[in-house]
Amino acid sequence: MILNIPKDIKFSNYYKRLNLLSLSLIILSILILFFKGLNLGVDFKGGTLIEIRTENSNVNIGEIRQSFMKMNLGDVNVKKFGKENDYLVKIEIKKSNDDNFIQSINNSLSSDLGSEVNFRRVENVGPKVSNELLKSGLLAISLSLAAMLLYIWIRFEWQFSVGAIAAILHDVIITVGIFSFLSYEINLSIVAAILTIVGYSMNDTVVIFDRIRENLKKYSKISISDISNQSTNETLSRTLITSVTTLLALFSIYFFGGAILKGFSFAMIIGVIVGTYSSIFVAAPVLKYTKVTQKTVLKEEN
Amino acid sequence: MLHFSKIKIFTIYLIIIFLSFFTFTNFFNDEDNFFLSKNINLGLDLQGGSYLLLEVDTKPLINQRLQEKVIKLRDYFKYNKIKYKKLSHEGNSIILNTSDIEKFEEYFLNKDNDVNYYFERYRSFEMEYAIDNNNIFITYSKFGLIEINNSAIDQSLEIVRRRIDEVGTKEPSIVRRGNDRILIELPGLDDPARIKKLLGKTAKLTFRLVSDGDSEFTSELLSFENSDNKINVNKRIIVSGDNLINATPKLDNQTNQAVVSFTFDRVGAKKFARATTDNVGKKLAIILDGNIVSAPQIREPILGGNGQITGDFTFQSATDLALLLRSGALPAPLSIIEERTVGPDLGEDSIKAGALSLLIGFLLVIFYMIYKYRFLGIIADLALIINLILLLGILSVLEATLTLPGIAGIILTVGMAVDANVLIFERIKEEKKNENSNIYAFDMGYKKAQSAVLDANITTLISAIILFFLGSGPVKGFAVTIGIGIITTLFSAYFFARHLTSFYVLKNKDKEISI
Repeated sequence: MILNIPKDIKFSNYYKRLNLLSLSLIILSILILFFKGLNLGVDFKGGTLIEIRTENSNVNIGEIRQSFMKMNLGDVNVKKFGKENDYLVKIEIKKSNDDNFIQSINNSLSSDLGSEVNFRRVENVGPKVSNELLKSGLLAISLSLAAMLLYIWIRFEWQFSVGAIAAILHDVIITVGIFSFLSYEINLSIVAAILTIVGYSMNDTVVIFDRIRENLKKYSKISISDISNQSTNETLSRTLITSVTTLLALFSIYFFGGAILKGFSFAMIIGVIVGTYSSIFVAAPVLKYTKVTQKTVLKEEN
Repeated sequence: MLHFSKIKIFTIYLIIIFLSFFTFTNFFNDEDNFFLSKNINLGLDLQGGSYLLLEVDTKPLINQRLQEKVIKLRDYFKYNKIKYKKLSHEGNSIILNTSDIEKFEEYFLNKDNDVNYYFERYRSFEMEYAIDNNNIFITYSKFGLIEINNSAIDQSLEIVRRRIDEVGTKEPSIVRRGNDRILIELPGLDDPARIKKLLGKTAKLTFRLVSDGDSEFTSELLSFENSDNKINVNKRIIVSGDNLINATPKLDNQTNQAVVSFTFDRVGAKKFARATTDNVGKKLAIILDGNIVSAPQIREPILGGNGQITGDFTFQSATDLALLLRSGALPAPLSIIEERTVGPDLGEDSIKAGALSLLIGFLLVIFYMIYKYRFLGIIADLALIINLILLLGILSVLEATLTLPGIAGIILTVGMAVDANVLIFERIKEEKKNENSNIYAFDMGYKKAQSAVLDANITTLISAIILFFLGSGPVKGFAVTIGIGIITTLFSAYFFARHLTSFYVLKNKDKEISI
């Protein structure tokens, strides 16, 4: 990207092969989702999340796990989080109406580890709330898809809508599939990331579509494949520069923004990379498959 | 596109200066000054604090009301000699079996009856009923339920507010959320255990006599708060916590035990005096939320309306009980359905990490743009700086809440904001290939890039708006910064950067401009 970008790449030569790759990635993602499922966080599944910092650095993760085993709280997941003495504990209790619940965990943990334990963050989400959060998260994603569909349908012809939505679905499914594959946690901030990816992917696609439409009007004899190639080439350096600056910002969040923003920035990084790819190799080919011609856009003019 | 009228230039820079002023007021904090007090608020995840979502459970309240209505109906039927076979409260309805349905309806549908209230506002009764043979099923109507819900939530809100005020945390925010929820935000509070304990209690206090083996109609078996012992207590309430006007924790002079001393209002004092006079020698049970706190013997009549509650108290628990009694009983139990607490040190770490990543992301983008576009890169970078200042200025004017995802939104804005200028510069580059005149190429570049710039930003804005309305908590902060970021991006690219560019191009219209 730092080097000069060649100006006459025949993108359409790669459509078939890369579409096949995309398709298999999507199928793979759906299969992984189906068989492995998602690692839903307390936001969507209910339960308790505690971020712990131990004062004593000799504590190891096994001791913490053992201490929780003794407390008999059912399914407890302990993992390292961020810095040296920080741990993240997830407890899947269905009911915790006891006001002393958190306090009693702190007491048993401190005495078992022989060290002061600092609860830096506690999140306790009841089943009713987690259900609502899940519903509103799914609603938000569906609504944004619908809004994008509507927007591009107003601005362009239906073939362009199909292309844009195919690209967005491609990006969202693959991002979620990667999260499922890596067992990364899905929480509220991941939903925010997915919505942003939807917006970003759309943004990338629209810029190329805009140019394709312009060129379709300009050249009356050239086939849609060549128009796509030319338009993609013309907008390529913008596509790449914007992806690079966005990725620079995201990598900065990923590496320096602290442990809480890791999942969010990771999802966004995947989304931006996949989104950039899909606007070139998913959205544009759809125009060819749906047989867009000069007539399509001229009809729209009238 | 390169021409700017004087008034336009003036307006652009006025807006920039106006908003920059609010950005910099964040460094001063003067609550009394209208302008200086407009600052960005830090969310609970950045300054530390507790977020509690409570739900009011109106079921017990509805049951209690239905029970009261059964008693009133029974009294009315008895008084008017209306015959009935059955009158009882089952589940969420009252079941009445009578052959005299007409008389029931005459009473029940009279707008002034004291069982079925008529709401002028809704043109509806509180209750509705269905008849099946001689069975009448009485339930709350839709509006009856709304009313009971509203009054329960309003009262609860008031009492929650009093309890939290008594604890004395700084700037608590207590608001109603939806039909049956209360949202509490307690900045700076890193251990909400005490508040949770205080909110978890309904604090219904009653004084009743201990009965010795009466029938189960007049008494019930209740257990002590701190043990499994149970004793029979009369169902009749002598006096309840509603009649208290004050309660304070104290150390008893003789036993050195913590106690809660209380004062009744006039009505309460009278009732209490009569009961204690008539029942010297008997035991008086003090019952809190269905558990017996203690059951001391009445040694002598208590006439002054003052008394004390003894029990197995520490000074802290006596203090809390006194606080609960002073602030009054909740009409219905509250349960905490969502809790999020962040300690102040984590908040501080988050701010530091957020600031560091913003700085690094910002510098990377700045250098990359200069590398890519040389002089125009500097213009894009200036636009980026102005963009950030405007973004923070608008957040300050709105007194918006900045959360950790909100900071991520700002950093992401930095990464995506240059896109507008990139689109424009790339277009100018293309135009310059076919065009010798600098002015014309730049003008066309701006013109032709406009639709793509708008399209690209509107799509992100749509996502942000949806997230704002459907997102919750800190994530909402992300939607706010991203959304406002788009607006400031468009402003800084199309007004500020364009003005700088036009200035530069008009100065160098005949020279070769490399881009």
